[in-house]
Amino acid sequence: MPTVAPLDLEGHVVATHFLGDIPFFATAAGTIHRLDGGEKVTEAHQGLLTCIRDPFSATLLTGGEDGKVLRIGHDGSIAELAEVPRKWISVVAGGPQGAIAYAHGRSSFVRLADGTTREYPEQRSVEGLAFAPKGLRIAAARYNGVTLHWVGTSGAPVDLDWKGAHTGVTFSPDGRFLVTTMQENALHGWKLDGKPGEARHMRMTGYPAKVKSLSWSPKGKWLASSGAPAAIVWPFSSKEGPMGKAPQELGTRSDIMVTQVSFHPAEEVLAIGFIDGMILGVRIADGKEALLRRPGKGAITGLSWSTTGKLLAFSSEAGDCGVIDISA
Amino acid sequence: MTDKTTDTPAAKPVPVTVLTGYLGAGKTTLLNRILSESHGKKYAVIVNEFGEIGIDNDLIVESDEEIYEMNNGCVCCTVRGDLIRVVEGLMRRPGRFDGIIVETTGLADPVPVAQTFFMDDDVRAKTELDAVVALVDAKHLPLRLKDSREAEDQIAFADVVVINKIDLVSPEELAQIDEVVRAINPSARVYKTSRSGVDLTKVLDQGAFNLERALENDPQFLDHGHEDHVCGPDCGHDHGHDHHHDHDHDHDHHHHAPSPIHDVTVKSISLRGGEMNPERFFPWIQKITQTDGPNILRLKGIIAFKGDEQRYVVQGVHMIVEGDHQRAWKDGEKRESRLVFIGRDLDVEKIEKSFFACQATEKTPA
Repeated sequence: MPTVAPLDLEGHVVATHFLGDIPFFATAAGTIHRLDGGEKVTEAHQGLLTCIRDPFSATLLTGGEDGKVLRIGHDGSIAELAEVPRKWISVVAGGPQGAIAYAHGRSSFVRLADGTTREYPEQRSVEGLAFAPKGLRIAAARYNGVTLHWVGTSGAPVDLDWKGAHTGVTFSPDGRFLVTTMQENALHGWKLDGKPGEARHMRMTGYPAKVKSLSWSPKGKWLASSGAPAAIVWPFSSKEGPMGKAPQELGTRSDIMVTQVSFHPAEEVLAIGFIDGMILGVRIADGKEALLRRPGKGAITGLSWSTTGKLLAFSSEAGDCGVIDISA
Repeated sequence: MTDKTTDTPAAKPVPVTVLTGYLGAGKTTLLNRILSESHGKKYAVIVNEFGEIGIDNDLIVESDEEIYEMNNGCVCCTVRGDLIRVVEGLMRRPGRFDGIIVETTGLADPVPVAQTFFMDDDVRAKTELDAVVALVDAKHLPLRLKDSREAEDQIAFADVVVINKIDLVSPEELAQIDEVVRAINPSARVYKTSRSGVDLTKVLDQGAFNLERALENDPQFLDHGHEDHVCGPDCGHDHGHDHHHDHDHDHDHHHHAPSPIHDVTVKSISLRGGEMNPERFFPWIQKITQTDGPNILRLKGIIAFKGDEQRYVVQGVHMIVEGDHQRAWKDGEKRESRLVFIGRDLDVEKIEKSFFACQATEKTPA
């Protein structure tokens, strides 16, 4: 039976991430708490809006109501990467070679490791940003589609159009697919390596609520999503992606919504967090479920596995966070 | 509309006031008063530009207006995408403020702002639209109405209209402005002031969209129109009464010469009927909001259903319509149904006829 070490924080906790074996918890108020031989606190923002783990380095990237973009080290150290007075920074992304991206209003910005910053004007407000897994390329999600920019070349941006508001964006680990979350209860995908004339759109619909959490399985065979009273897991192993195939529904509960999903770093096991604070671990192969945490005080807002995959950290909207040891 | 399963055990929803008005109508002055006067409440303010708000307050958020059409094929189903994001951020720390004020740009259509609070489940779960307040510059309104449709829309859509800068016009001009405002929107509460000096308790915390409170606060709000009377743009009735006062005086129906301000395309239809048959009324209101929704800016009403001991209140914005039982009918209270539509190109005859056909005992209008 897994054991849960609780960590009770004040107010809404936006996200949790592991750097190595140290779990970090980012509060909406702007403090970042880490469990590193006791609880340690970094005052990061006056109001924190987003906190992601940089996929290219062992650091966190945050954006805040104070207009700042920060990089947080494993020891809690802070490096200020950008400051835009009076703007809320709610979208950040981490790229290769120390590059980062952020957005406010109708512009995306890419800042390289040497501090050079380049602005990319967009057609509409940027709601989501992601770096491609290979090459210095960013995708900006916006109303009516996504725009792709090659950073460092002056090539023309590529527009991927699909009607509606796109609120978040992610590349598949192999870079062959791009998927957005939408204001409607749906995902939309593009096949990026399609031949001319080939169908490249992927519509993933049928959710009863907005999708706010996505997670790719370690080798990119599956894309798990929230937005339903089960984790909806789309098969991406074939060249066509999930088209013409039904998704798996894992961890189904009658009317309790899934708010977060997170794949184990090595196994095809999915951690599923619910709106009532419950957490399940489910194996894709046979759908076998394990209860990892009983319902708590509020919706799960973040789930993160340690590098070894033995620990699972969770954050909640009510502040009742913790770390689950599944090897115990 | 709300999906209960996405609700967390909810605290009281935070009220949201939408402030509209043309450039120069006095919105910034009013905002400055709200932010600086001591009324014991704190407000988060979402503005398009900081502009002249001279107050340093970390709860003032700048946001680019982003209008999103929903992908359901309905052109009037629009929301403000930027508001969804900002409200979500604000509501993570709700203890910081008592209410939210959204200031729109001068030319803005207030509808997407209002619809955001009905159409987005997350926003709807945590906030509640309190009232749409339109500031009108008494001096420049006639010109505004001539050169734009937005000025008229803002008045038509409002729950509260503040006629500002009255010191810059003559009493005759003011009477005309008042008349045109009431012709566009007979159900709004209208206040006259200068230097945005309106009593803040008349603007904030109105509960205009709250089905429980909307009618309690202003029980006469539907009494403005006379029986089966249609207030159109040519309406020249003496509407110069204060709407929040008791209505114990007679409404004289003296038609005077048509007002010189006639650039008005919005009209309202006030309906009054007997007890309704719910099996006819609900399909009817659904159908009329589906077919005529794009032309309906607002609708409000109190419905008496035959055999129902409770008053039923309805309200709508374009194609969104909602209703609920409000309270028991009081002894001696006349059980009748009243409904007001405000919109453009509404087919008065069709709406009247089909409304009366929903009555439990069909009777022809008086």
